[in-house]
Amino acid sequence: MSDAPETAAFYRHKLPTRLWHWLNALSIFVMLMSGLMILNAHPRLYWGKYGANADHAWLEILPGHVRVGPAMLPGLGVFGVTREGRGYAVNPLFTIPSHYDLAGSRQWHFAFAWVLVVPGLLYLAWSLLRGHAWRDLRPTLAELRPTNIWHDIRQHARLRFPTGEADRSYNILQKLSYVGMIFIAIPGAILTGLTMSPGINAAWPWLLDVFGGRQSARSIHFICAMAIAAFIIVHLIMVILAGPVNELRSIITGWYRPAPDPVPEPTLAEDAA
Amino acid sequence: MTFDINRRSLITGAGGLLLAGCDKIDASPNVQKLLRLGEGATYSAQRIVADRAALAPEFTRAHLSPVFRTNGNTMPASPDYQQHVAANFVDWRLIVDGLVARPLSLSLAQLRAAPHRTQITRHDCVEGWSAIGQWTGTPLRLLLKQAGLSSNARFIVFHCADDSGGTPYYESVDLIDAMHPQTILAWGMNGQTLAVPHGAPVRLRVERQLGYKQAKYVMRVEAVDSLARVGLGKGGYWEDSAGYQWYAGI
Repeated sequence: MSDAPETAAFYRHKLPTRLWHWLNALSIFVMLMSGLMILNAHPRLYWGKYGANADHAWLEILPGHVRVGPAMLPGLGVFGVTREGRGYAVNPLFTIPSHYDLAGSRQWHFAFAWVLVVPGLLYLAWSLLRGHAWRDLRPTLAELRPTNIWHDIRQHARLRFPTGEADRSYNILQKLSYVGMIFIAIPGAILTGLTMSPGINAAWPWLLDVFGGRQSARSIHFICAMAIAAFIIVHLIMVILAGPVNELRSIITGWYRPAPDPVPEPTLAEDAA
Repeated sequence: MTFDINRRSLITGAGGLLLAGCDKIDASPNVQKLLRLGEGATYSAQRIVADRAALAPEFTRAHLSPVFRTNGNTMPASPDYQQHVAANFVDWRLIVDGLVARPLSLSLAQLRAAPHRTQITRHDCVEGWSAIGQWTGTPLRLLLKQAGLSSNARFIVFHCADDSGGTPYYESVDLIDAMHPQTILAWGMNGQTLAVPHGAPVRLRVERQLGYKQAKYVMRVEAVDSLARVGLGKGGYWEDSAGYQWYAGI
């Protein structure tokens, strides 16, 4: 048995991508954890312009459970926990601060919102103007064919990742999840966050019409946040499965080594020779 | 010797370390100073993007919340206030003083006879819930104009009849919000006399900010040049007692 041949590293992530990735990673973690602390204050979500305790909540965090519509889902130790005799909608392990402090979590949330928005806008402008988004993230029509997507899902489920030439560009599942984060979930979370601000409502009332009212915006804000959290979990698992050293090197230094193509199995004839 | 470390204790141990680390960062005065930079940026940015007269969205009666939730104190404990309730506020007076040329002392009847504005607006609690209600009251700017607001005044402070643990409630706004057309001292709600749980006889409506700025049971309106001598210096009961943001436009 021989080792796979070393493939040549290539410069995959330009400096703006790497800078934004790490600033974004920091701000997203603070936003998620401080946001979950804010949710503790009123763990009920509504649709429409208004919503309070007497109104119907489509989602409600209860001790040990999350009620979504009529369905009772398990809290999984994340939602609806009791710590030292006190109930928390969100486990303090996942919140900033890690004790009940609505004022403190708002201070973190609205300070790091700037770290999320300002580098995010700069990166968005750069990746659109310099062609990064169009060149590297745009799914082609061929890639979007259901048979291709299904094929990639099956390959990923078997932990067979692209190799060689195919590993020099993003596969369709990567493209769809990165586009989903950069162009839908993160902007969605930011815009619905702004829609919850009574000051911004006076300045840009059209935001309320876009999202169907402040309480709808709050619900969509939570859905975007959960989509971002799910992305992070899958993203980290994929980094570990695909080779954490190579992946981390590429997002720190920019240099990425494509996975080598599998070496063909030796045949019986060759063995005999 | 055996090692009896199970998965759960490992996770809680690591989690505990992480929590202790996070709480240390949160408690650092330098970190809090940095976070306050963000707070200042938010206040400035909102003042830049919103015209000073930009109105909070108004709704129709069809959008009124069926139940308008009450919050905070719903019956002030002070005997003076309770006597006013018993007497239907006939002897109650609203004081307007501080940096004004002509301090005012107005009865509820005088307030109700003054020009008033009715608006259906959304009340947003800092906790996250919202309720829509109709408010009728006297624009604050009319009272400040009548009292002759001094050019040295920078903030308007509201002193209230309710208290928490002996500290009376107080709040303050800048002059942009004080002079805003929708900023009213409301004495009517949903077409009726303002009820005690909602802040009778008058409460502040400052529609571009969160619920804790909407001071209930307002007794005195004071014009000041600085918030340093108000309460503990941060401009409001919740600001001083629990670190809530003085500017609550977000």
